[in-house]
Order: sequence, then C-alpha cells, then structure tokens
Amino acid sequence: MNLFADPRWSEALGHLPDYLGNHVRVSVTALALGLAVSLPLAIAARNRPVMRGALLGLASIVQTVPGLALLALFYPLLLALAAVSLSWFGFGFSAFGFLPAVLALALYSMLPVLRNTITGLQGVDAAILEAAQGVGMTPRQSLFTVELPLALPVMMAGIRTAAVWVIGTATLSTPIGQTSLGNYIFAGLQTQNWVFVLFGCLSAAVLALTVDQLLALIENGLRNRSRVRAMLGGAGIAVLVAATLVPAMTRSQTNYVIGAKTFTEQYVLSALMAQRLRAAGLSAGSREGLGSNVIFGALAANDIDLYVDYSGTLWANQFQRSDIRPRQEVLDELKTMLAKQKITLLGELGFENAYALVMPRKRAEQLGIRSIADLAPHAAGMSMAADYEFFSRPEWAALKKAYGLSFRAQRQMQPDFMYAAAASGEVDVIAGYTSDGLIAKYDLVVLADPSHAIPPYDAMVLLAPKRAGDAALRAALQPLIGKIDIAVMREANLRASGNDATSSPDAVAKWLWEKIGTK
Amino acid sequence: MPASPLISYARVGKTFDGGRGANRVVAVDDVSLDVAEGEFLAIVGGSGSGKTTLLRLANRLIDADEGHITVEGEDVRNVDPIGLRRRIGYVFQSGGLFPHLSVADNIGITPKLLGWPAAEIAARVDELVDLVRLDRAQHRDRLPHELSGGQRQRVGVARALAAKPRIVLMDEPFGALDPLTRDALGDDYRELHRRLGLTTVMITHDMTEAILLADRIAIMRGGRLLAQGTPAELSDSGDAYVGELLRTPRRQAERLGALLPRDGAA
Repeated sequence: MNLFADPRWSEALGHLPDYLGNHVRVSVTALALGLAVSLPLAIAARNRPVMRGALLGLASIVQTVPGLALLALFYPLLLALAAVSLSWFGFGFSAFGFLPAVLALALYSMLPVLRNTITGLQGVDAAILEAAQGVGMTPRQSLFTVELPLALPVMMAGIRTAAVWVIGTATLSTPIGQTSLGNYIFAGLQTQNWVFVLFGCLSAAVLALTVDQLLALIENGLRNRSRVRAMLGGAGIAVLVAATLVPAMTRSQTNYVIGAKTFTEQYVLSALMAQRLRAAGLSAGSREGLGSNVIFGALAANDIDLYVDYSGTLWANQFQRSDIRPRQEVLDELKTMLAKQKITLLGELGFENAYALVMPRKRAEQLGIRSIADLAPHAAGMSMAADYEFFSRPEWAALKKAYGLSFRAQRQMQPDFMYAAAASGEVDVIAGYTSDGLIAKYDLVVLADPSHAIPPYDAMVLLAPKRAGDAALRAALQPLIGKIDIAVMREANLRASGNDATSSPDAVAKWLWEKIGTK
Repeated sequence: MPASPLISYARVGKTFDGGRGANRVVAVDDVSLDVAEGEFLAIVGGSGSGKTTLLRLANRLIDADEGHITVEGEDVRNVDPIGLRRRIGYVFQSGGLFPHLSVADNIGITPKLLGWPAAEIAARVDELVDLVRLDRAQHRDRLPHELSGGQRQRVGVARALAAKPRIVLMDEPFGALDPLTRDALGDDYRELHRRLGLTTVMITHDMTEAILLADRIAIMRGGRLLAQGTPAELSDSGDAYVGELLRTPRRQAERLGALLPRDGAA
C-alpha cells in the first residue's frame, strides 16, 4: 500500500496555509521580540557581573519550565492583566492565542541569545578593545564597529538556536488558542490520525531547518562581508513572512469560532456544530486542542463563541465545588452561576461523559457484579487503573467514602491504554469515561453508581456572552439539543479513534448527523 | 631643553586598586618627565616597572590620580579623551589590528572616525601603505591574519600615522618580531620620525633597541623614574640598576665583536 495515497495527506495539506502561516507569524514575532529585549540586555550586562549573573540565572530558570506549562501560565496572567487594564484604563485586550504565545515564546528564546551574546562579547580580545579605545573610538563606536562584528558568529549561533527552539515550541501554543502546526499534532494524537501527527512534525522540522539555514546565510554574508549573501538570507525570511501573510489577508473572516478541548469527542462535536452552522448559512471556524483551563476563560472573554463542556467539570473545576449533588440541582445551579458571567447554557446534548468504574463484561457476570456496591466486597483482591488525575479528584474520595472501596493496587496510565489493559486482565477495574467508544469495542461494562457518588457530567452547549441574544445561532444548534444519546456518542468516538480516512472528525460528525438528524 | 615641551609629566602618580582583597599597586610614583618637540624618547624598564602605565596616561587610556600631564600645552584632564586619542598616534604591542577589517580599513580607521571624506581617506591609505613600505596591490585589501608579523606591525605604524598626528606613542612595538624584521622596522620608523618631524615616545624592555633608536632614554623601576638622559648621560649615572642595564648591551657588543670574524671589506 502506498503510504502517500492516503487521502488524509491532502486533507492535511489543505490546512497548511492556515497552520503554517499562523506558526510563522507567532514564531517570527516571538523571536523578534525576544531579540529586541535580549540583545540590549546582553549588551548592557556584558560589563556588569551582577546583572549578568541575574539575567542568565533568570533565563535559565525560564528554560527549565516545560514549554507547555510556560505557555499555559501566560494565559491566566494575561487574563488578570487584561482585567486590570480594563478597569484602570478602560480598554482590555485578548489574553487568548497570539499574545500569550508570543510572550511565552519570546521568553523562551532569551537564554540562548543572552548567553551567546554575552559570551561572544566577552570573548573579544582585551588587546583589540584597547586598540579600539586607542584609535579614538567612543564606547558606542567600539561596540558597533569592533565588538559586535567580532562577537557575531557566537551571537548568530545563539540566535539560530533560539529560532529552532521557538519554532519547535510554538507547536505547543495550540492549547492556549494560537493556531500553529501543533494543531496537526494535537488533533492527530487524540484522534489517532498518525498522518496528521507525522505531517505536523515534518512541517515544523522543515520550517525550523529552513529558518536556520536562512539565518546561517545571513551570518555567512555578514562575516564575509558579502552583501549578496546577507541580503539573500534576509530576503528569504522576508518572503517566508510575506507568504504567510497573504492567506491571512485573503481569508474570509469567520464569524463564529467553535472551541474544542484536546480529546476526540470534542473534535467530533466541534466539527458537528460547525457543519450545522454552515448548513444554516453561518460562517464557522474552529479553535481546536484548547486546554481545559483555557477554553472556559476564552468563552467568557468572547474569544471563542461556543463549545461543549460537561456539567461535572464546570462544577468542580470552574466553580470549585466539591459537594456531590443530584443531577437536576447541579444543572439548575450551574445555569444560575453561568448566567452571572453572562454565559448562556443552550442545553444538554443528551449524553454524559462521566467517570465510571468499568470492567470486562464476562468477569462482571461471573462474579455477579452490576454496581459499585456489588464490587466493593471483591475490591480488596483486585487492582485498579485510572488516568493521571483521577485518584486526586473529589470523585474518587466520594466513591471510597460511599462504598468503602479499597483496592489491592492502584495504577495510573494513559487513558488510551486503560481499556486494553482491562480487557486483557492486566488490571481488574478501570475508571473509564462513559462516552468512550472503547467500552463497546473491548466488551466492557459500566458499573452502576446507586449512591450517586459521582457527579453528573452532562455534555452541554455553552454560548459566549456576546452570543446571548443570537437567534440564528440558537436555531442552527437547536436540532442537536437532547438528541445525542450515549450509545450514539460511543459509536462516534469509536469511529473517530480509527486510523483511516473515514475516522476524521468531519467524517464522523457527518455520520453522527445522519444518525440523529433523521430521528 | 626647549622652553615648552610637547608632553610633560609633573609629579604624576597612579595607583591601581588590586580588586577584591588584593593589595593596592602603585604603578607610577611621583614621576616628572618632559618630552620635547621632535624628540624620540624611549622608556626602558622591566615588567611591572610602570612604563606602560606612564605611556597610557598621556592619551588618557588611563587617568592619573596625582600630578599634571600636559600635551601640546593643555592639561589632558581638560581635554576630551576621545579627541585627544584621535590626534595622538598609538602603536600597540603586536599590532592590535582589528581582525575583521582589511588593511586599508584598519589604516583608515581614525580618519574615518574624524569624518574625513571617503576619497581623502583612500588617498591617505595609499600614501601610508607606500610610506611603511607595503605593496598597495598585494596588501591593501588583505585581512590582518593573512600578513606576516612584520607586515602587521607596519600596518600598525601606518594606522597610528593616518590622522597626521604630531605625537606617536609606541608600546613595545617591535618586541614580538624576529631580529632581522625588528631591525629593518626600527630603522624605517626612525627615518619616518625624522622625515615627518614626529615626537615619539616608545616603550621597550630592550636597552640595545632604546640606545639604537632613541635620542633620550628614561629608565623606570618600581613605578619610579630612576634616570633620564642621552645614552652618554646615563653612562655617568651612579644608580646601580641603570649601570646594570647599560652593561648588558656593552657586554653583548664586546662578545659579538670577539666572536664574529671581522668583515675584511670594512
């Protein structure tokens, strides 16, 4: 089979102008900002040991913060700043996407630039510096005609390192709402679309190498005083930036931006909502792969227009509630709390994506286990697995308390592997997600929760404050409300986790609409 | 001695703070010294004698703590140091050429800083390349690392002369060269000094070189000026160190005279 005959390659290629353009814009802006800050700082610090130590120390600390965390940290920071600016100066700004990505990446680019500039300048022979002074140069003339040219090769090595780092790390700006080549990678990893993952990695690598080589050409030109080479390199970078600006300018502005978190179900639902909006003649685009912590704030700040969230998530994460309440009470109270933030709860889709204890059907039948209460007496001899956060969540504490659960062993694993581990008997019970298609695939069974220890996780459509009175939007989405039951969603998720052309979120969303639209 | 010397040190002192915890170092201690217009003065001393510091005080690469220094009649403290350096030629130990600039750009640097028109700089560079006996076609556009040590030092001399200074300061200019090159360069410079009417102060640790090139010699030790005068005057000095310094070239000359067979043609 020809690897490249897969139609997903052309689908990936279709996204390239948008993803690459955004990636180049955010990287180049971040790098330019990083240079504009680092170069003067490095020059000012070169003869000041205390400042030099402080700067390099700070930059090193920044470097040790994982890129994903650094990017994520900037979002709440800017959100707070925007609020302050709005109340003090009367204007706010979007803390979503471009700005936090540029700031975090600029910070990330500083260490190699600072370190190499300082090292390069310090490496200039003291005798040469003295000669510069002796022939009558001012400190400024010495810096520009002697020190910087001599430090240039070392400085450029730092700038090239920074460029490659920034381009690589920019793929992680997808979860804070900045479209980048990371969109391929995040979407691909979640929907097991390896073509997308590969395409994203390759295009980011090619971009990084291209920029690196163009910078090398500039460096070479400057060093050998070949204006042609330096200008060729500069022109190359200018062309790259210009080429990515063209599609941005010609692209029609989409009116409705649909958010999606970083898992399969979210990609499918956002594709489904986009299809409904387009069918109603509304233009719709999506911001996919947004972090859980970012997406709600982005909606509240009108940076995205709508998305699907889950009642239990909002209850516990956004409103910091740890009490377990009956379903209807949770929904009613959520509606009130959301209204305070001017967010519209349009309605529930009809299924829950909750945590649930899951085990193989055959084993459950053998032991006569139908609910968690039935499981409790067997637990002491069983092992259990869950995702990375479950055992520290209020749900687990509530379960233990309600049923007196105590397992022989507890393990944490990647959610994708959990179901297979349960099916193969490697673990006895897992904390799965009720809408996950793998439950059906591996013939597992969800155990009932008669004490209602786990809060409800109803999927619900939320609208941004500025869309509160948008009748067209409501009308376009109304056919989805209450129509997606758990069996259909599971099958959709299972389809989307396949690894072929029919498993793209778009294709699955179409299937889903056919399934529910004809009901 | 003429009425107004071109360079004059009057009771000059300079102490270096040795940095954290280190002792303070008195580099120049109460030195008074005059250099007359047109004179070629050599300052001789060992390492740590303060001779280099003394030289650098003249164009304010270093500022004095005590005493007064006048150059062309003005107290250097009242003169802009940048302007002062531009009008005093300075030849550095082993050249001090800018490695990323061509020979021509190195030579033309001070005129460029002074804002001369490009054509004038180019003409001056050509003139100087000839003056220091380099080859225009062969050397003008080379980078310093492509030249021999002697050629580099010739460029260094040309650079010092570029802005037509009246005064040239030289910091062990020929120290790192092989004897033949050193000899030729020394003679060539001495000739330029005479022809251009320069006032030259040269630092060296080599008494033989000082005697052969300079009109007058100042001897430094431990920051103090031990003696000054023509070689003949120094011979009469009662100072033991001065005597020791002068004995070396004399002994060398005698031994060379004894070892080398006489050239019959002489």
